[in-house]
This record gives sequence, C-alpha cells and structure tokens, in this order.
Amino acid sequence: MIRFDTVSKTFRGRRVLDGISLDIAPGNRIALVGSNGAGKTTLIRCLLGEYKRDGAVAIGGLDPRKHRQEVLRRVGFVPQLPPPLKMPVGDLVRFAASVCKSDPARMEEVAGRLGLDMDIVRRQPFVKLSGGQKQKMLISIALGRDSEILVMDEPAANLDPESRRIFFSLLAEKESAVMLISSHRLDEVAPLVNRVIELDRGQVVLDDHVEDAVDLTGALKCVVDFTRPDPALAKALGEWGFAPSEGNEKHWEGRVAGPDRLRFLGTLSRYAGVLAGLEMKEEQA
Amino acid sequence: MWLSAKLDIAESLRARWFLLYALVFGGVLVALVVTGLAESRVMGFTGLSRLLLTYIQICVAILPVFILITTVRSVAGDREAGVFEYLLALPVTLSAWYWGKMVGRFVVVFLPVFGAMAAAMVWALVRGFDVPWDLFLMNTAYMVALAWCFLGLGMLVSTIARTPDVAQGAAFLVWLVLLLFMDLILLGFMIQEQLPQETIIGIALSNPMQVFRTATMALFDPDLMLMGPAAYVIIDAFGRVGYMVYGVLYPMAIGTLAAAIGYQVFRRGDLP
Repeated sequence: MIRFDTVSKTFRGRRVLDGISLDIAPGNRIALVGSNGAGKTTLIRCLLGEYKRDGAVAIGGLDPRKHRQEVLRRVGFVPQLPPPLKMPVGDLVRFAASVCKSDPARMEEVAGRLGLDMDIVRRQPFVKLSGGQKQKMLISIALGRDSEILVMDEPAANLDPESRRIFFSLLAEKESAVMLISSHRLDEVAPLVNRVIELDRGQVVLDDHVEDAVDLTGALKCVVDFTRPDPALAKALGEWGFAPSEGNEKHWEGRVAGPDRLRFLGTLSRYAGVLAGLEMKEEQA
Repeated sequence: MWLSAKLDIAESLRARWFLLYALVFGGVLVALVVTGLAESRVMGFTGLSRLLLTYIQICVAILPVFILITTVRSVAGDREAGVFEYLLALPVTLSAWYWGKMVGRFVVVFLPVFGAMAAAMVWALVRGFDVPWDLFLMNTAYMVALAWCFLGLGMLVSTIARTPDVAQGAAFLVWLVLLLFMDLILLGFMIQEQLPQETIIGIALSNPMQVFRTATMALFDPDLMLMGPAAYVIIDAFGRVGYMVYGVLYPMAIGTLAAAIGYQVFRRGDLP
C-alpha cells in the first residue's frame, strides 16, 4: 500500500534520510521510533508529499507530490505540534471537512467522544485551546473522515488517561487502516502497533513485528498497594484517575486502558521501592 | 481556491496587523476628508480631487511596504510555525492553496484602501459635493494594480526566503530600492546630473512605484508639468490614454509574473 524506495533527503549538505526502503501493507500498524533528529518527521513529510526527495514514495502506486489530492484524501494526519491557527474551531472543522469531502458532523461526533464540548469550543480560536483540546480536535479531524492511512506524530502525548482510552477505542474502529505512529519512546505506542521501525541518523536500524494481541478497546482493573503513603505517588496515580480505597493512601484502585498497560507500569516503576503489591485484571466485555 | 482564499481572509481579519493596516488607511483618509472637504466648500470639485491626489501620493509611499511586510511575515511565519505542515497535509491542490492565498490576501489588503476612498466619495455625495467619478475609477484601477504588484512581489519573496526574518529583510530591501529610484529621490538626482535620458526613462518605466506615481499624477496634471522633462518623453511615446493603460497593465503584469515565479518555487521546493 505504501512504498519507500531508496528515499534520501539532504538539508544543506546534511543527509537526514539515507536510502530508506520500506514496504507497508494494509493492516500494518507501525511505531516509528527514534531519537530527535533520527529522521521520523522528515520521513512523514516525504510520505505526505511535503518534501522533495531522492528515490520514490508511492501510496497505492501514486506519488504524493504528483497526485496530492488523490493521495491525501486517503490520509489522516495528526502533527506533533498543533498549528497556531487563529480561526475558530468551527471554521477549521468546516474547512477540513470541505477539502476532505467529509461531513463536519462526523468530526464533531469524534470530538464529542473524546470529551470535547463542541458547543463551547466552536467559536473559540483554535490557537487558544489547551494542548489537550488541540490534540483532540486534530485527532477528530483525522478520524472523522474516510482515511485509510493514519499518520500520527505523538498523537496521545497531551491526552489524559480517559481520553487516551477513548482514543485507543477510536483507533480500534479503524482496524483495516494503515497506521504510522511516530514517537520518541516505544513504550508510549508499543501496545497500539504490530510492527516497529526504528530510525537512527536517517537509516532503518530495526524493522520488526511485535505481538499485537492487545485489545485496543479493553481495560484493566488495577489494585496497587504501597508500603507507605507518598505525595508524589498520590499525584501520579491521581493523574491516571486512581483513587485511594476508603481513604487508605496505601491502597489504590483504578482502571487502565489495555494499550496503556506498559506505560502505566513505567509510571509505577518509578515507585518500585515502595510498591507492596500489584494486581491487574482484564475487565470482561 | 475559494476555500483557501476564504480561509486566508478569515485569518487575516483576526490578525493585529490588519487592524493597524485598516486604521492607518482609514485614519489618513479621515484626516484628509476633514481638511479636503472643508476646502471644497470653497473650491468645489477641485477640493475633492485634491484630496484624492494627496491620498494616492500617500498610498504610493506606504501601501507597498505595508503589503510587502505583512505578506512575507504571515506567509513565512505560517511556514515556520507549522501551519503549512498541517494544512498542506489536507487534500488541497498546491495551485488552489497558493493562488487562493494570494486572492484572499488581495481582498484583505485592497479593501481597507478602497473602502476608505469609497467612504469619502459617499460622504461627499451625502454632503452634496460633486464627485469626480472618472478620477475615482481610474485611481481605483491604479490601486488595484499597485496592490497586486506588491502582493506578487511579497509572495515571491516569501517563497524564496525560508525564515520570517530573512523574508522581512528582503521585502524591506525591495521596497527601499524601488522607493529610491523614484523621481523624488535618485531619479531626480540622475536628471540633475544629466545622465542619459534613455536610462532615466527606462528606470521610470520599469519601477512600478514610479509608474503608479506618474500615472496618478497624469490624472490631475495631464501634461505632467510637475514632473519635469522625462515625463514629456513618456507622454510623447505612449500618449495619455496609452500611458493610462500601461499604468494599470504593467504593475499587474509584474505582480502576476512575480507570483507565478513564486508559485513555481513553492511547487518545486519543500513545502513546510
């Protein structure tokens, strides 16, 4: 479905992509990982036809630079940094829906599911929204249309745990779509994907398939016990939506979205010294 | 293209530069109307014509630099801020995006200038003064040409320069060079120094700001007595009507050519 054939890109003599060749088939959900400057954003921009490059990029056999409309009509994109658009959110949705030949109501429906109240934000300038609200809006525009390919740069970075859970459910609804999710850290996106591509200095250094048995719509019921109460720990768990059981600051309960389990364990690992017990059970559908 | 134009108009209308821009031209005209129309009570037709002349001469000084700076700052600024990265990932053709942006921006930069002038005409009508419609229409045509010309130059500079600072510096330099080569400054000095007439006329005919100034002056001073010997040659060569046509078409052609080159640079280069 997507092919990169010896793609290279040079900026002022510095080679940012160095002969990348990749074949991406329908159903691939790819984590594109690598440190800063590895070439992730450049690769995405080549895919979107925004950069000229050496080598060939094709989506469904079409060059995204020569066939912009045909190609981009199939691609939903969520950038890492939201653009500083002054236009009201309602105008942005209408504009995006018009050029994507979609229905603004679909985008607004996704925004509603992510917890964004369109009646409140519709008239607000997009640039004035909070980081999380902007992210939700851009996700809504990308998912509220018939996109077969989702290209997302750190899409869930600004989302709270509940919104992340809903976001994962929305992705699960796009089961047949190709997903390319860029991130600095694999643990952020690992449960969402079935393939990992790691870039380093413009080259693919790892291209591997990963276990994809995680149910994107599932959730885990968690009980965590600690040897003593800790304010930093309480704050961290509070951000995950956990609460102390019957006021006992050493005994916490809550829910974690299935794909977020590794990330949650990463949070707990910082408090391993005071961890007394941990129970995680998948909730029955 | 109309969607892109509409988007750019809406974004510009919310920007602070537009407010300042509209206030400057509106303010200039209000000031001139107060003095100009007061004078016209005595002088009738001449007063309003003189008001238009003064307004046009002020426009030639400030309109180009306003258009250049605001255009390059917003276009290059949008690119740097990631607006292009996002909006150009939507399925819109580059030609629709680029020309839509140019048309939208033209509407935004031209309307306050035209609106101020039209408001003065309406006010004059209401007050019962004679309105020189022929002058108003010709001045409007020249303003359209001047605005389009500098908008095209602004789009070209924006696409070549990769950062807002470089774009702004380059735009200011373009304006300064064109301003210097007007009859009031270097061109006047060259006439004084008796440089070859062909050189002077060549510069006068190729500098769109000078073309605008000469053309608008010719509306009020058909023999261009105020502009010295170079102007006689121009009028002799073109004829009065010929120069009026040239005064509209030449800046439009320059603007269109610059914008078209800018489009080719934009289309063939990296977008964000």
